[in-house]
Amino acid sequence: MNRFAYARPGTLAEAAAETGLVSEAMVALSEGAVLMAGGIDLLDLLKSELVTPSLVVSLRGVPGLDAIAQDAAGNLAIGAMATLASVAEHALVRASYPALAQALAGAASPELRNVATLGGNLLQRPHCWYFRSPAHHCLRKGGGHCFAIRGESQYHAIFDNQACAIVHPSTPATALVALGADVELHDAEGAARRLPLEDFFVRPGDDLQCENALRPREVLTAVHLPRLAEGTRMAHLRQGEKTGFDWPLADVAVVLVHDPDGTCHEASVVLGAAAPVPRRARAAEQVLKGRRIDAMVAADAARAALQGATPLSRNDYKLALFEALVRRAILAAAG
Amino acid sequence: MATPTKTAITVTVNGRPRHLELEARTTLAEVLRDGLGLTGTKIACDRGACAACTVWLNGRPVCSCMMLAIDADGQAVTTIEGLAQGEALHPVQEAFIEHDALQCGFCTPGMVMSSAALLERDPHPDAGAVRDALAGHYCRCGTYPHVVAAVLAAAERKS
Repeated sequence: MNRFAYARPGTLAEAAAETGLVSEAMVALSEGAVLMAGGIDLLDLLKSELVTPSLVVSLRGVPGLDAIAQDAAGNLAIGAMATLASVAEHALVRASYPALAQALAGAASPELRNVATLGGNLLQRPHCWYFRSPAHHCLRKGGGHCFAIRGESQYHAIFDNQACAIVHPSTPATALVALGADVELHDAEGAARRLPLEDFFVRPGDDLQCENALRPREVLTAVHLPRLAEGTRMAHLRQGEKTGFDWPLADVAVVLVHDPDGTCHEASVVLGAAAPVPRRARAAEQVLKGRRIDAMVAADAARAALQGATPLSRNDYKLALFEALVRRAILAAAG
Repeated sequence: MATPTKTAITVTVNGRPRHLELEARTTLAEVLRDGLGLTGTKIACDRGACAACTVWLNGRPVCSCMMLAIDADGQAVTTIEGLAQGEALHPVQEAFIEHDALQCGFCTPGMVMSSAALLERDPHPDAGAVRDALAGHYCRCGTYPHVVAAVLAAAERKS
């Protein structure tokens, strides 16, 4: 790690004001200041010297950013500094948003979940091994091309992979997008805005060097989960090379809203580890809407979820993997 | 911007307040080993991928290599050296010995810290819960089955 100064301001405005560039996610190769939440991803980037800031601003001194609270209308707000463990263990999360609890249980290891925060998890930089390798000056780091597209692509994207083939690194994000979560962003002047998480993530076609819509001097402060409609059911499934503590090869979140007669009238199907951002499988959602879900419908939807995939030379195995996982997740959610 | 210099912090380590002066870039694992001589905490991967460096932060197991020591200012840290009560080993330590749950021993302090934390939280885990709690730990000698047996035996003994 390079030498850096350290600050632990007591308010959000001070934190935002100290950092021209904001958040763990915004600062590859920067010389400026960087915000630190739990610090798991940032320490990894610092140790590789992919980030060499002159100032690290810790958010640990800002009170209240780790709160998890339900409002009177039944929406749930999760502070960005809440640890993955505290969110996964929270009674309301487990009772009302089990797909999120399932996704969190499969993220990182118990030791890391005790420190890693939900905000930091959403703002991780990509885990593409070419991006993380100091020896590879890839497109996302300002270099000339994506090494993965013609290289070792077994953990890379099968959709939207023409320019840069990263997959989104957050597993909780798969569930949060399926649940219709918003993110809350604050700037140094105290102004706040909310954005659907789905729109917060940035595709390579829109910006090759930045994975989210945070502006300079903005801080991600909370994730908001809407109160769920009557008849909502959900599941999150993941498949890795081993059961515990590994990046998923594929993960899928499904959220369905059933009418009392058992007809599905709302469906959200999201693929993780498939594309540079969590990918809504809209064609699969269309198959499910208006149907009573059985094994045939789930199989049709799973096939639809893979329409338009453009696998690379080492990752076409993901097509069959995702198809099975989508089918199983739909059936698990439908119960 | 201030020139990076050493910062004074106080961390309660194994029940005792310790005053430290360190650079912001120092990890908790580094200061435990090099600053305080508590070399029971091991650094292997130094990236949070093997959990050999596990200590308790306010009672919860964390990877001390993936945390800046300065972020532990004012917090309570327990290391493997703080687990035994004098000469009396922790039940998890006893069980590791009885069940031959270590070979080279490099991963063992971290395994013991996570196992002991599990039993604090869940005194009667089944084998699956033990495996989940230890999912972050790597043992290149392959002692895993003995480790799971030891933790289950320690749970029996504690109850």
